[in-house]
Order: sequence, then structure tokens, then C-alpha cells
Amino acid sequence: MSYKNYRLKTFEKASLCRNFENEVFKRVNEKIINFPVYLSAGQEYVPSSIAQIVKDKKQKPLIFGQHRGHSIYLSFGGNIIELIDELLGKKTGCTRGMGGSLSINSNKINMFGHEGLMGSNACMGVGACFSSAKPTIVFLGDASVEEDYVLASLSWAAKKELPILFVVEDNNYAVLTKKKDRRDWKAKDVAKAFKLESYDIDDQPKNIFSVLKKNLFKKPIFINVNTKRLFWHSGAGVDEEVKGDRLTVEKKFLGKKAEKIHRNIKKKIENLWKQRLEK
Amino acid sequence: METTLREVIKQITFKHLKKFKGQVFGQNLTGVGWVAGTLPKLYEKDGVIELPMADVANGGMVTGAALVGRRPFYIIRYQGYNWLNCIFIVNYACKSKEIWNKPAPMFIRGLSSEGGLGPVSTSSHISIFYKMPGIKIYSPMTKNEYTKTYKKFMKSDDVFYVSEHRKSYENKIELKNSLKKNLDIILMPISVTRFEAEKAKNYLNKNGYKVGIIHLYELKPFVLKKKWISMIKSSKYGVLMTDNDYVDGIIRTLAHKINEQTNKKVYVLGLKDKSAGYTRETSNFPPSALEIITKIKKIKAKKRL
Ligand SMILES: Cc1ncc(C[n+]2csc(CCOP(=O)(O)OP(=O)(O)O)c2C)c(N)n1
Ligand SMILES: [Mg+2]
Repeated sequence: MSYKNYRLKTFEKASLCRNFENEVFKRVNEKIINFPVYLSAGQEYVPSSIAQIVKDKKQKPLIFGQHRGHSIYLSFGGNIIELIDELLGKKTGCTRGMGGSLSINSNKINMFGHEGLMGSNACMGVGACFSSAKPTIVFLGDASVEEDYVLASLSWAAKKELPILFVVEDNNYAVLTKKKDRRDWKAKDVAKAFKLESYDIDDQPKNIFSVLKKNLFKKPIFINVNTKRLFWHSGAGVDEEVKGDRLTVEKKFLGKKAEKIHRNIKKKIENLWKQRLEK
Repeated sequence: METTLREVIKQITFKHLKKFKGQVFGQNLTGVGWVAGTLPKLYEKDGVIELPMADVANGGMVTGAALVGRRPFYIIRYQGYNWLNCIFIVNYACKSKEIWNKPAPMFIRGLSSEGGLGPVSTSSHISIFYKMPGIKIYSPMTKNEYTKTYKKFMKSDDVFYVSEHRKSYENKIELKNSLKKNLDIILMPISVTRFEAEKAKNYLNKNGYKVGIIHLYELKPFVLKKKWISMIKSSKYGVLMTDNDYVDGIIRTLAHKINEQTNKKVYVLGLKDKSAGYTRETSNFPPSALEIITKIKKIKAKKRL
């Protein structure tokens, strides 16, 4: 696939995620959803870009996400209706109504639910990858990567040369504590010290594409992707105005075609939510 | 020559690796005495995997192996390390079937030892697993019990915690329950204390007491058999439980369950509520036959008053 095409396809995925999260935002404000919700709006270019590469390579990896997982689920082809139902606590949800927002799971796309101990998914992902020899992706936050057990998992993945990709969605925050107040090291440098092929990039699809196109699932890779969270850590609100939102930048660049895609997806998602709420 | 429990564990492990393509994970497996001689001399190519010294992560990595269906054995060489290893096992592997419909069956072999090894490595520590949902706990001390436990595991998709004791590895005999109506007291020992409880029972029965024994190795789920209930109800003083874990650990919970179902007193003897050192004087040993005998004599004397 040409990069141009890849960029448009990635936009399509990211647009689905954004429109979905905007709908969730509304439902939280309307108090239709009453449990903690972790919105991923602003960060969707990370999973979307990766999912598009994985799709082009015709791979079906094991996916170990964290609490902020709606966009991971949707980017990798998780069923939209089942996620809506999950967030509405229905038995027909992707996790049979047990998963809330934090613990979503999908057998169909090989996505493993998260239990809530940040960073645990690095350990589980490494173990599953080692024992199955299947390609695996672990999504972490920039704070979760600080957990000692995450570092131990990176080390073992490197030692065993696993076909695994670690992705840090670096939004600079642990809830509201900034990275600079937590540590003086870069995740990429630590990963490199463990002998992982590692990168520190921003969430332009071009960057993600270029670092992954060659070695994805051929060896362990670590990418720290700088991105921006639009909404609160948990719940529906805005901490501060975000400049340079990736989706807005990409939509502008891609022009009319993208605008049309975005409009259509918005309509589709709004309708799906409406239908499920009326059920 | 009759085989020991050690040999049986070794044979089961060999079969698990070769026939069922299972995996065995743990630290310092290959070399440091091959887990007190319970592990066949095999390496990574055979499925025996040396883990790094990262106990918390390791529990999670083995959970990952279980999630993809490798039915791993996970060896924790001293149960004191349970404190680090249990985190992702109890919070993920044990919950995964119920929440995500993704079972993570694994067979944890936790080794305990008996006193003299300081604050961490001394004794059993299964209470920290016990209270959590989604786990099955066994403490086999004999060959039949171990074999039955493994067979149960192979038919199940649950997490099994198998609490072993280094002192039992040389054991060749089966330990049998001894029960009848109208006993003075019934002993219900767990883990290594079963050997001392047997000695205490034999001594007391030769000295005018009527003491029965129920050997406990299926700890969770814990089921009191109908026959046991009626024997306990007919006993004079109820039950004395003994364990190699702290006295405020699982025996308190089990004692309460027994009390609820029989309305009889259930006494407990376990590790004392103190930290252990390394010498005979400073360590924290499980109840000996003498301590069990003394306790029963005291119970009897008190009741007479
Ligand atoms: C082991 C553990 N420690 C602390 C928390 C509380 N907590 C939940 S989310 C979070 C921040 C995580 O930040 P990051 O990994 O960067 O992910 P983000 O929320 O930014 O997506 C914290 C501290 C937790 N859930 N688990
Ligand atoms: Mg963060």
C-alpha cells in the first residue's frame, strides 16, 4: 500500500475512534454511563496507525491494552455495537457487561482485557508471546512504563528476542502528574539499554509507519509515541485546550475526502448509539 | 525399592512436558539441586524455562503462558516469595475466566520449609492466595494425593496452587484418616504438621485418650464431608487444627467454617504471631507432636473444671 493510501485509511480508523469517544463523552455527561470511563480521544492516531500497518501485513497479533483501550479495540476491528453495549453494561457487550470501560476484551480480535493494575499487561503480553510464539502488541501509558515489572518484562522480551511490539502512548500524564515531575529518563533510552530496537517519535502516521515497516514482529521493538489526551484522565471533561490535535491536523491535510469520511462516520456512530440506547 | 513423593513429582512433571507439551517456569530451576530433586534434568528446549529474578513480573509472564493454553507449571521455590509472585496470578489469572471467559489454568508448585530460614523463607504462605476468588488450593503430602491433584488439574481450567513441603519429598506412605463415633477430639492437620499430628495421635491413643484424625489436603474449595460432620458432632471436645502457616491464616478461616457446620469448638495451632530468626530459639516452627499433645491435655483439663 502506498503511503498516501495508508494515511487515508489510518484517518478512517482514527475518525471512527474520535467519533465514538465523542459519543461516549455525551453519555457520561448525561449520566447514562455511571462508571469510570477512560477516553482516548486525541491519542487515537497511535493505535490506528499501528492497526493499519498490521492489517496491511495481514497479521493478527495478540493485543494487550490498558485502561484507555476504546481506540485500540476499534482500530483493530472490534465490533462497534458490542463496545456500545459493553459501555451500557449489557450482556451483549464485548465483555458480557463485566468489562466497563477499563477491562474490555474481545476474543474475535485477540484483545485481552485489563484488570486495572497499570503495566501488568506488559508481563502477560511477554508471557503469552513467549509461550505461543505469536506476534504480540502491548500498549502502555507513559506512567505505566515506570512500573518495575514492566521494565523486567522489556528485559526478558529482549533476551528472548520475541516477536513483540511495545507501544507507549505518551500523553505526558499520570492522571495529572507530568512526566518531568516523575522521572529524569526517557523510556526509549531504558528500552535501548535492554537492547530493544527503540524509538521516540510523535504520532504522525508517517513516523509510525517508517519505524515499523521493516522489523515489525521480526524482533522486539519499543516505540514511545508522543501524543495528546483531549479529555480528563477519567470521565468527560477538559483539563486544558490542546494545540496540534493530530486528527484535526490530518483532516486538514487530507482535505475534502477526509471531511466527508469524518461526517459519514459521525452520522453512523450517532445512529448506532441511538439504536442501542433505544433497545 | 518403593518410590518417594519426590520421584512421583518428577515423573508427573516429565509427563506434563513430554506428553502434554506443557511448560515449567521458575527461577534457578536448572542446577540448584533441580528443585530439591523434584524436577527432571531438562532445559528450555524441553519446556523448562529459567525466569529472570523479577518475581512480580514472572507471575504475570506465567499468567500470559497460561492464557495461551500452555498449562504451565510455575515453581516458587520458597513460599515467602508468594508475596511478590501472587500479584498478577490472583488479580489476573484467577479472575480471567470469570471476567473475560478466558481461562488461565496453571499449576503453581509452592515449596515451603520448616523453620530456621529467617523471616521470609520459613513456613507456608498460602493464606494470601486463599481469600481470593478463582483459585483452587491443595497441599498434598503423599504420592496418591499428589497424583490425584495433578489429574484434577488436567481436567480443570482453573488456577491450582499446590502447597508442597520439602520435608514430605522423602515420604513413601499414605496418611489415612482415623475416625469413629464419640472420640475425645479430632485432629485436622495441614501440610507438614500432618506427620507430627500422626505421632501425637498415636501417643495419646496409647495413653487413655480417644483421638481421631482427618488429614486435610483439599483446602479450597473446602468441603466438610457428611461423615466428618457427624463424627465431629459426636466428639467430646471438637477439633484441633494444625498448620505450617501463621495461626491467623487459613486455619482460622477453616476453623470458622467447621464451627458453623458442627457447632463444636475448633482449636488452632499454627505458626506463632511473631517474626522468625535463624536459630532453634529464634525461629518459628510449626506445632510439634509434643505441642499438640500438650494442647490436647490442656483442653481436656479445662473442660473438667
Ligand atoms: C499499579 C497501579 N498503580 C496505580 C494505579 C492508579 N492509576 C490508574 S491510571 C494511572 C495513570 C496511568 O498513566 P499512564 O500509564 O500514563 O496512562 P494514561 O492514563 O495516561 O493513559 C494511575 C496512576 C493503578 N491503576 N495501578
Ligand atoms: Mg499517560
